[in-house]
Amino acid sequence: MSRKRAPVVVGWFTEESADGDREGGFRLLGTRCSACASVFFPREDVFCRNPGCPGRELTEVPLSPRGRIWSYTDSRYRPPAPYVSDPELEWQPRTLIAVELEAERMVVLGQGAPGVSLADLAIGMEVEAVPGVLNEDADTTWTTWHWRPTGTRGPAEETADATGATGVKA
Amino acid sequence: MTADVAVLGAGMHPWGKWGRSFVEYGTAAARAALADAGVEWRDIGSIVGADTVRGGYPGYVAGATFAKALGWQGARVASVYAACASGAQAIATARAQILSGLADVVLVVGADAAPKGFFRPAGGDRPDDPDWLRFRLLGATNPAYFGLYARRRMAVHGDTLEDFAQVKVKNAAAGALNPLARYRKRVSAEEVAASAVVADPLRLLDICATSDGGAALVLSSMEFARRHGAPDPVRIRAVSTVTPRFPNTVLDLPDIATDSAAAVAPPAEPFRPSIARAAYEEAGTGPEDLSLAEVYDLSTALELQWYEDLGLCEEGEAAKLLREGATAPGGRIPVNPSGGLASFGEAVPAQAIAQVCELTWQLRGTAGERQVAEARVGITANQGLFGHGSSVIAVR
Repeated sequence: MSRKRAPVVVGWFTEESADGDREGGFRLLGTRCSACASVFFPREDVFCRNPGCPGRELTEVPLSPRGRIWSYTDSRYRPPAPYVSDPELEWQPRTLIAVELEAERMVVLGQGAPGVSLADLAIGMEVEAVPGVLNEDADTTWTTWHWRPTGTRGPAEETADATGATGVKA
Repeated sequence: MTADVAVLGAGMHPWGKWGRSFVEYGTAAARAALADAGVEWRDIGSIVGADTVRGGYPGYVAGATFAKALGWQGARVASVYAACASGAQAIATARAQILSGLADVVLVVGADAAPKGFFRPAGGDRPDDPDWLRFRLLGATNPAYFGLYARRRMAVHGDTLEDFAQVKVKNAAAGALNPLARYRKRVSAEEVAASAVVADPLRLLDICATSDGGAALVLSSMEFARRHGAPDPVRIRAVSTVTPRFPNTVLDLPDIATDSAAAVAPPAEPFRPSIARAAYEEAGTGPEDLSLAEVYDLSTALELQWYEDLGLCEEGEAAKLLREGATAPGGRIPVNPSGGLASFGEAVPAQAIAQVCELTWQLRGTAGERQVAEARVGITANQGLFGHGSSVIAVR
């Protein structure tokens, strides 16, 4: 039985087409105020948060696909719920990367792609947003975004987080 | 400048992991503060509780619970929540009531019985809550953010792991002298380096624990203090409770991203320095006037960050200030003479009140072995999740 793929949050990143085609590439999605051009991620859809702007019209905009590492760390201990991990499996540390997007002038946090370790990272290094799997349950593969250094080649097909619900090694 | 309010009494329940109810800690602290003030509970006109959150709403963990435990006597009640800044907002609320003439004498109480392990969001499926999302999507615990900040300081300012460890060494030595602290043992840099990594580059002994504890203050108008026979009390001269300015370009808990500065230039002064500046302006004082500071050392690296944000030194100079011993006991500006969160662990709604208890004892000259000589002006600094600034300036 195959699981359906679903984004863990709707509207934060581009979704894959049924045949896995990633035409145009994977992108984080924010919104831009049509009045003042402020960009928001996570998206704001109703009111602009610029205190000097009365804007009410916010349109979806893809964020820069690449940025540079502002800082990074890892989680050596199993995070509590609602993070999902299999308590039966030994916890494997996961990197967390804060990435500065030049055009948007903002920093966006994300997990490092599976297999990315601290030793692979440095402040200022270029990374790209790639599609990833957060966890899988009985009928759903929950998808998310990951950051991956552009100078390294990760696994061709991302599978479930090596520390996650399935225990599938990337 | 605004008018002063008097600190008539300060009291705390020792920090620890006692396994009892927060009501007991808060009531013990309140009784200690009332006894210290020489004020009867029945004469308190208003009680303000600093809340914590259980299951998504403060409920029981709020002001009226303490009023009931002390014995209902009809006092006006307020309950405030601002995450780690809850205690400062409780003080701000009490102060506003006093300065507006709504109350002469107010009891402020905060207490918590902390859960074991990482702080975590309230239960349920809440994808519209950024605090829930950062755990669900990223497993980003509070220490993970502390790790990001620490790594950034190392890269930008050249701070070292040894610098971070020396913050712990300093604070543990201070805490060893404080009977109210949870950890009363000196710690060596080697012990910090040998502790487990939690969120690289930070280790267990770089990060504060979560604790049980309670703290309380009796605040009054200066006129009440005079009538009460306290003509020269410690005075609260400023309480800063400011929010960030758009665009907030420093990644803050529990956010997944900063604001974008693409359309609007970032403010000249980031959020944390603006918290201190608002307090300095309200008090008509500045960093050069300080005798001591109690800052929120959630991590060792964050204590260094506060040195710069309080203006104790220039940006990037914090590690140098530490290495010179300026922030150690006997130094130019001792920081966390109480032992700080490193020695206490965090009891969220009590912690910012406990900071002011320490200022009170230091400014009275009754801090015993950890007394800062000739203390005249003290500042506290803290930042609550979601954009709650907090800083209190007290003088004698």
